[in-house]
Amino acid sequence: MSYMKKPQFRHPHIVENDIGFTRRDYEGGMSTLCAGCGHDSISSAIMQAVFELSIEPHRIVKLSGIGCSSKTPTYFLGKSHGFNSVHGRMPSIATGANLANKDLFYLGVSGDGDSASIGLGQFAHVIRRRLNMLYIIENNGAYGLTKGQSSATADVGSRSKKGETNIYNPIDVVSLAIDMGATFVARSFSGDKEQLVPLIKAGLMHPGFAFIDCLSPCVTFNDHVGSTKSYDFIREHNRAVNKTDFIPMKNEITANYPEGATEVIRSHDGSELRLQKLESEYNPVNRAAALDQVVRARQSGTVLTGLFYVDTEANDLHSVLNTSSKPLNQLNKNQLCPESDKLKSINESLR
Amino acid sequence: MHSESVVNDFVVKFANVNGSGSASANHLFAKAVFRSGVPVSPRNIFPSNIQGLPTWYEVRVSEKGYTGRRGGADIVVAMNAQTFFDDVNEVESGGYLIYDSTKPTDVGVLRDDVTFLGIPLMDICLHEFGNITQRHLFKNIVYVGALCALLNMELGIFKNLIKEQFKGKEKLVKPNEKALDIGFQYAHDQLGGPIDFRVERRDLLSNKILMEGNDALGLGAVYGGATVVGWYPITPSTSVVEAFSKYADQFRVDEGTGEQLFSIVQAEDELSAIGMAIGANWSGARAFTATSGPGISLMSEFLGLAYFAEIPLVLFNIQRGGPSTGLPTRTQQSDVVSCAFASHGDTKQILLFPSSPTECFEFSAQSFDLADRLQTPVIVLSDLDLGMNDWCCDELQWDDSREFDRGKVLDAAGLDAVENWGRYRDVDSDGICYRTYPGAHSSKGAYFTRGTSHDSDARYTESGAAYVENVERLLRKYETSKKYIPKPIIDYTEGKKTSYGIIYYGSTEPALRESLDELLEGDLPLNALRIRSFPLHAEVYEFIEQHKTIFVVEQNRDAQMRQLIISQQNVDMSKLVPILHFDGTPITERFISNAIKDYLDPKVMPFSLGQGKRAI
Ligand SMILES: Cc1ncc(C[n+]2csc(CCOP(=O)(O)OP(=O)(O)O)c2C)c(N)n1
Ligand code: SF4
Ligand SMILES: [Mg+2]
Repeated sequence: MSYMKKPQFRHPHIVENDIGFTRRDYEGGMSTLCAGCGHDSISSAIMQAVFELSIEPHRIVKLSGIGCSSKTPTYFLGKSHGFNSVHGRMPSIATGANLANKDLFYLGVSGDGDSASIGLGQFAHVIRRRLNMLYIIENNGAYGLTKGQSSATADVGSRSKKGETNIYNPIDVVSLAIDMGATFVARSFSGDKEQLVPLIKAGLMHPGFAFIDCLSPCVTFNDHVGSTKSYDFIREHNRAVNKTDFIPMKNEITANYPEGATEVIRSHDGSELRLQKLESEYNPVNRAAALDQVVRARQSGTVLTGLFYVDTEANDLHSVLNTSSKPLNQLNKNQLCPESDKLKSINESLR
Repeated sequence: MHSESVVNDFVVKFANVNGSGSASANHLFAKAVFRSGVPVSPRNIFPSNIQGLPTWYEVRVSEKGYTGRRGGADIVVAMNAQTFFDDVNEVESGGYLIYDSTKPTDVGVLRDDVTFLGIPLMDICLHEFGNITQRHLFKNIVYVGALCALLNMELGIFKNLIKEQFKGKEKLVKPNEKALDIGFQYAHDQLGGPIDFRVERRDLLSNKILMEGNDALGLGAVYGGATVVGWYPITPSTSVVEAFSKYADQFRVDEGTGEQLFSIVQAEDELSAIGMAIGANWSGARAFTATSGPGISLMSEFLGLAYFAEIPLVLFNIQRGGPSTGLPTRTQQSDVVSCAFASHGDTKQILLFPSSPTECFEFSAQSFDLADRLQTPVIVLSDLDLGMNDWCCDELQWDDSREFDRGKVLDAAGLDAVENWGRYRDVDSDGICYRTYPGAHSSKGAYFTRGTSHDSDARYTESGAAYVENVERLLRKYETSKKYIPKPIIDYTEGKKTSYGIIYYGSTEPALRESLDELLEGDLPLNALRIRSFPLHAEVYEFIEQHKTIFVVEQNRDAQMRQLIISQQNVDMSKLVPILHFDGTPITERFISNAIKDYLDPKVMPFSLGQGKRAI
């Protein structure tokens, strides 16, 4: 397997990243979503993040379930392998793929229906297992693809387009993720690329399970007055706890941050997460505090965004299982298949 | 009473309470028969419960090598008060019943055609063993010691087995030997020594082993190169994964680093278990899952995805009994139709039917080649009888020169060498296309795998023409699969012409072979065909063509294989007489022979075709 990129001639005006790829190399097919759909903004944030991280597109694996959100992997990173699985079951496919080859980056894209209803079990369990992946829920509080039914993340009292008021308690995927042991948990908004792109970068590079709950309004079915997942409602109620900047290990740190208000979180690989504190007392390395913060905000009706929790000591499923450092899908017959003399002694033991 | 002793041809049945430690003692007995060189077939009949309910362990001893379940018992070791009276009734006339005579009871009045042999087991253990656990456990070993004397077996064989069993825990050898000696002596001194049933040493098992089908499947998966396992516990499939884990710990841990060259994840449910196996296979690792009963129903959505998106997958289905939770600890062959067409839409799967642990091992290893070659799920259909009992079978063999067949996969060099690759282009006209693994090449070979309808370049399409083209190619691939999957095995009776044939599959094998002999002895020769895979080969239909009447012997209510036979090709249905056994116990020679004799006997009410003979 070769990860070498052949040099290609490019027009001098086209911007290339560190490894010589242009933005176009990270594009996908034409989106067929409704114009203005939040999901399309997330796709473009993903393309920008991967471009800026200078990851070769073939080293990313895109996975999704079923829904408008789960369709989006067709619309970005066209040079990456993708897997559009079945409704709510992307985490298990991601687990198998990752177990087979630990050397690639795994990016899962799901919806609130896909992850908080039919797939709630798989969502919770993939977190428990610490799969090394970035998991994004494109959260619109509704089932877009089946025409606007309320989803399990819709708030009590939120009205659907048909005028029905949601009477069931919402599932907060962020507090669930924190509680299940995710080692990187953030919430963002499709309309705030400045906040979202660094979070995607940091999440992709995180060496464990990273989760972003990305509010992503459904313009067709859930963007009206009375919905708590509309563009207007989110903009009015959004409160960011911090501003993240992700600095890969190879980059020199050039940005200037005001002393005292910036938290620097270093990873083992030398990269840095710089968090500009917007809420003076907030510290994202404490799981209990993160949960407390998230629950309080929910009670007060605030849409809290930012990086809530990160564990710098994160590890992943492979380290728990102690699997081979060479990807399992690259082991050959000599490594996998015992010789026939071994079988002889097994025969002997069965007499 | 027998006038002379019966040698190497009888059944011993142990009636115990589960959780009482009897299983390993009973196994010790079966293994000692095996070590005497005489074919033996132990069967565990156990409840879906951990402690306190009745369990039975039947050991058939058969010099002729008949290892199917016989039914009835010549010697019953009745250790369960709850089932005592039933167990007494179970003894064949002229047989023996061994019981705990600590509390005086007048058992003799129960039957006058049975010899009652009382051993004060509780009393003996109370005096001989100090702690309570030992007293309970060694009761079992004491009756095994007694059996050794009663059947005139060699005590040394039992003692060697004890030594092997407790290798590394030598402290346990002595008390076990003591318990054996006590039982042996008691039977010798107080019960008059050997009875009318005897085990005599033979040398009939030189190339045989005693192995469980699930153990063989797990081992086969290690030889087949499986590296990823997703699973969810369910009887009777759990021990497939346990076996894989045991052998992987032995053979797949890197000596230098201690790293595992495999991964096993206990999933949150069967959907997740099969999803993991699909994800891993998609990424180029060999992966499997194992399940039973309800688990198969849960996996069906993903089976459709793997079929339609053409992802290799190995699934071991260890069938149990009944719809829903059914008979969780009993055996049947009742998932044949649901697996053949598992999942909605036009879906067809590949099935393999092993009929012995030896074949479980072979099919398990081979299934990974087949799944890779055919890029589709391969479902290996075993069952509880084959999976969870020790079968006396041919020893396992492996050819070191054998390579994995990874099928049509393009790596970076392969991709550079072809022009215009498309994931679902049938360039070889066999229905099988070329796939790539994620990350294989820096700029080529990426595609989007989906369960939605797709064109030959894996692009989403709702075009009817593209859909039809795709699913017709899948049919072509299905046809191609017959070249690779195991062909049926046909046995024509030597030197005798017959217009009767039998079709059967899987764990029915030993009972059926015995039945063929029995019927031949009664001057009723039958030709037999054993189906080993689905889709069915042309040979199956030729065989049907050659005979006037075909008995299709199965362990389910609905004649499921017969349904498959008539669903795949034009065939005269009236020729196919179903013989169906489905009470959850393994099918017996007696059942098969009687059903066929009844069918052919003009005095017996004619059975209507399509109804056939059923177990009562
Ligand atoms: C097993 C199954 N049940 C139901 C559906 C129908 N279905 C398709 S998408 C969807 C909901 C998707 O909602 P969400 O994940 O929030 O995605 P969105 O469209 O809102 O982005 C449903 C119920 C399905 N595809 N599969
Ligand atoms: S229906 Fe809603 S979620 Fe789906 S594409 Fe349209 S706006 Fe987006
Ligand atoms: Mg949604």
